[in-house]
Amino acid sequence: MTGISSCCQAIAITPPNDTLAVVLSNEWVNDEYKRLVLQADGAACHSQPGQFFNLLCPSEGEHKPFFRRPMSTYKADPVTGQVEFLYKVTGKGTFGLETLVERQTLEILGPLGKGFNLDPNWQHMTIVARGVGLATLAPLAEAAHALGIKLTAVLSARSEKSLLSRERFASLGAEVISVLDEDGSSSLENIETLLRKVIADQGSNALFTCGSKRLTRLLKRLSSELDLAGQVALEQQMVCGLGMCQCCVDVFEVDGLKVGKRVCLEGPVFDLAEVLE
Amino acid sequence: MIDLSVNIGGLRLKNPVMPASGTFAEELTHLLDFNSLGALVTKTITSEKRTGNPMPRVCELADGMMNAIGIPSKGADLFIEKVVPFYRDFDSPLIVSISAPSAQGFADLAARLSDVPGVAGIEANISCPNLEAHGESFGMHADTTRQVVKLMRASTSLPLWVKLTPNAGDIVDIALSAQDEGADAVVVGNTLLGLSIDIEKGRARLGNFMGGISGAMIKPLMVRLTYQCAQSLQIPVIGCGGISTADDALEFIYAGASAVQVGTATFIHPKTMNLMVNELEVFCRRKGISRLSSLIGILDDSLAAAFGALP
Repeated sequence: MTGISSCCQAIAITPPNDTLAVVLSNEWVNDEYKRLVLQADGAACHSQPGQFFNLLCPSEGEHKPFFRRPMSTYKADPVTGQVEFLYKVTGKGTFGLETLVERQTLEILGPLGKGFNLDPNWQHMTIVARGVGLATLAPLAEAAHALGIKLTAVLSARSEKSLLSRERFASLGAEVISVLDEDGSSSLENIETLLRKVIADQGSNALFTCGSKRLTRLLKRLSSELDLAGQVALEQQMVCGLGMCQCCVDVFEVDGLKVGKRVCLEGPVFDLAEVLE
Repeated sequence: MIDLSVNIGGLRLKNPVMPASGTFAEELTHLLDFNSLGALVTKTITSEKRTGNPMPRVCELADGMMNAIGIPSKGADLFIEKVVPFYRDFDSPLIVSISAPSAQGFADLAARLSDVPGVAGIEANISCPNLEAHGESFGMHADTTRQVVKLMRASTSLPLWVKLTPNAGDIVDIALSAQDEGADAVVVGNTLLGLSIDIEKGRARLGNFMGGISGAMIKPLMVRLTYQCAQSLQIPVIGCGGISTADDALEFIYAGASAVQVGTATFIHPKTMNLMVNELEVFCRRKGISRLSSLIGILDDSLAAAFGALP
């Protein structure tokens, strides 16, 4: 097995609770994404990077989601008791979320799942984020900063104005490289060239991504070839979010054997080495 | 002090609320007080390892859901070694749901579990609609039900519950055959076989094509089947299907259920069962009832009987 697979930093995982959170704000951050800020004291605000919540999204008109909707933690702060989500309005669940206004409440079940695993001995880590995958990876900015690990964030988007969270990374000292569809710099070939340079220049120890299958394949190949740690946060349809219903099982390869794992409980963060292409 | 306890074929439960198989697991301890439940019912296990059905395994409906999970199982060895010991820390009785490809397989697994400390009873899942094509299962017919229960009864002295399927033509006939062969209770019942179609893709929404419907949308059907079974059986009926509040549970109890199982509701609100027990107590207090079991089967059907609406 390549890279550092089961290590590292001992994180105290907070058991989940179903919290009645209060909406503090729910504003557009660009023409596609909204940021929902909640007051959610107790277990919820102890969510670790890569963990998620199962949200009881409100019904809106004809949009009546029966299941909860899993959503990655964009930010969680035990000091203020606030939890944030970054989302794109795409379906039944997010249509309802979009309507929330200040002082309304929302039941959020979490924190759920296994988050990212950072090794304090790392010198540098590299993340590659695109679209809503960024919401999942953004908390790594604070996590890397806290451990004194240098970070390069390669942010991919359609255009300059749809880039998200650049300031959040930059303000914590991360190097931010944006690649765009509009000038062709977001092509897989270009990202690979870029990543090889960053890894060589910075002595990067670990690669992180979320969401895109193409980027996951690329990072899996690079981490294997260069013997780096690599982690990916996976997305999968979920119902309970707790490991009971078995609907989010994906197939992974562990020690040459194909095994089924529940994305909600054994993940959503997995080693790139065990993810199948 | 209100007595919420019920008696299921010799097994006394502190209250009538328990999980439906497949909607409950160790991970719920963070959210739910297991000791406040009437019983703990495991996800169905099989002797051998099983991987389950292709994705997607679930889809949502207007007021419910469909699943075709397909009983992924880590096998009996791992279950006995890892899962049963976990549940020994709780005082609510552990009911192990089992399935097998043959009647003898049911009996063998039941016999094996009978020697495992901490197993208080067995629920025979003869009704999963997602294992064979077109929802076929042992529970679809009285004769195959009879074979399974007969061999199981001979192989275990543990309380034996038989989970029936609403997909059978005459569930009462099947329930009677389970009773004849020595079942201690029947559970009414498993999910209702359905087909949901994505018209854009022209395909079924589930990887397994058909799947089991659950949730509030099936409740009236399951209350009716519970009533019909309770009218004909001497052994207790455990009601199940679309129960998410104490009021829902009471409908089943009025119809003749001695206890209820809660499934889909837990997926949406994991604390549902604890709240339901509290609400049942509040209901009894409001009605001035000291023993909840006195409500079992009190549905007033005299008028319907009088004008011949009942069989």
